[in-house]
Amino acid sequence: MFKVEDLRHDFPILSRKVNGKPLVYFDNAATSQTPQVVIDTIVDYYSNYNANIHRGVHTLSQEATDLYENARVKIQEHFNAEFAHEIILTSGTTHSINLVANGFKDLLKKSDEVIVSALEHHSNIVPWQMLCEQTGAVLKVIPMNQEGELIMSEYENLLSNKTKLVFVNHISNALGTINPIEDIISKAHEVGAAVLIDGAQACPHLIPDVQALDVDFYVASAHKMCGPTGVGMLYGKESWLKKLPPYQGGGEMIAEVTFEKTSYADLPHKFEAGTPNICGGIAFGAAIEYMNSIGFHNIAQYELELLDYATNQLLSIEGVKIYGTSQHKTSLISFNLEGIHPYDIGAILDKLGIAVRTGHHCAQPIMEFYNIPGTIRASFAFYNTKEEIDMFIEGLKKAKMMLS
Amino acid sequence: MTIKEIQNELIDEFSMFEDWEERYQYMIDLGKDLPLIDAQFKTKDNIIKGCQSKVWVHAEMQNGRVVFTADSDAIITKGIIAILIRTFSNQQPNDIIEANTGFIDEIGLKEHLSPTRANGLVSMIKQLKIYAIAYQTQLN
Repeated sequence: MFKVEDLRHDFPILSRKVNGKPLVYFDNAATSQTPQVVIDTIVDYYSNYNANIHRGVHTLSQEATDLYENARVKIQEHFNAEFAHEIILTSGTTHSINLVANGFKDLLKKSDEVIVSALEHHSNIVPWQMLCEQTGAVLKVIPMNQEGELIMSEYENLLSNKTKLVFVNHISNALGTINPIEDIISKAHEVGAAVLIDGAQACPHLIPDVQALDVDFYVASAHKMCGPTGVGMLYGKESWLKKLPPYQGGGEMIAEVTFEKTSYADLPHKFEAGTPNICGGIAFGAAIEYMNSIGFHNIAQYELELLDYATNQLLSIEGVKIYGTSQHKTSLISFNLEGIHPYDIGAILDKLGIAVRTGHHCAQPIMEFYNIPGTIRASFAFYNTKEEIDMFIEGLKKAKMMLS
Repeated sequence: MTIKEIQNELIDEFSMFEDWEERYQYMIDLGKDLPLIDAQFKTKDNIIKGCQSKVWVHAEMQNGRVVFTADSDAIITKGIIAILIRTFSNQQPNDIIEANTGFIDEIGLKEHLSPTRANGLVSMIKQLKIYAIAYQTQLN
């Protein structure tokens, strides 16, 4: 197990002050902080390697291409994809989802069915709604229970030979529920449907093995796993990626262009039109290496300790209601204080240097389910400490006193 | 009093506070105390969606002056609304159109009027001005 005090030195931002107070950063589910080694990778890239990739014969271009493709291999190995060309580098999870949704436009017909879950982020609802509007397919929703878990018996009832696609997040960003994706994937495959898993919230906490899961598409963002913003990935089974049409036209994604016809490049370049976020991709690889150097097993174990500690501390405050009480949860707590608007709590915590997220977390259907305007969400990473949780609890008590 | 005079008065009031806690406590109390809007005006039409907190605004003309009432579901937002209503309500449309909100910076509440705060207040001020413009047009 790592020593959190030592590890915090890897993150320069953790020593800054906010509003005169030491920063307590509990908004990790929105974006994680960046370790020095990733910052160094970015600086090193622009200082020593900056060039466009895949086309130059000059040394810089070749070195940059090697670094970029090497990052793709790191990502492939991390997710245990069979081939590196099954990893498409995108601008992030939202881009990845839209790429797949767009690809299915020609594959869906009227009366086909698409299933999403009640726990989805807007980015995993809207693209499918748009897809269904365009194709005439029908969108079905797996309902959730009071604990914030998907009701699997209802899911099974929704599945039929009309089901073509299933889209579920691995972990809910609003509630922290870990969904039983193995089961979801195998049941979908029984009726011949493809499955996309949104892993944005899962990848900071665990390693999804895409081959063991037998998942068709898996998407994630670098900035939630110690990498930079503006880069993410789409894993797709080779057979699916070959079937889907390109998303954007441009340079890099073509094999041959005449005004009569263009033939597309092989995977992965078919889906990577234009100059990609080269530096971002390389830094994504460095972030994955950094997290693996700490060890995901250690990360998960430590974060669960933080979750238990914070949950117990929170429940000792009168009037706290936690939303999302599944036994299978990641280190994230969504809650409210009775009679107090989450925005008010967030504003006061900010004055105390404590960063939490307040609002509907881009998951309005979940807020409607509980009939609340939003929640306060505290999400912990492996570099957070119990002392920080104590400061957060003190802050909440102060906010409660001021507001009631 | 003119808008400027009221704003100066508020700056004076807030200058007595030593730290943010006192300022916030005062603002929270302002938010709690004021009955801001008649229930019949808390309608969907009068709502300004601020993403995080909701704001309702109603305006009517009384004796050549625009009277605003407003409310929010968050108490800190409501406190700021109380301050804004105090400066903008019961003023002549033209004065409202020309008024600015720089005094909010001076009383140390700047962060609440940031467009990124998504609490509906920036849109609310816009809405107050739009009402004033509409009433001014009627007067002309």
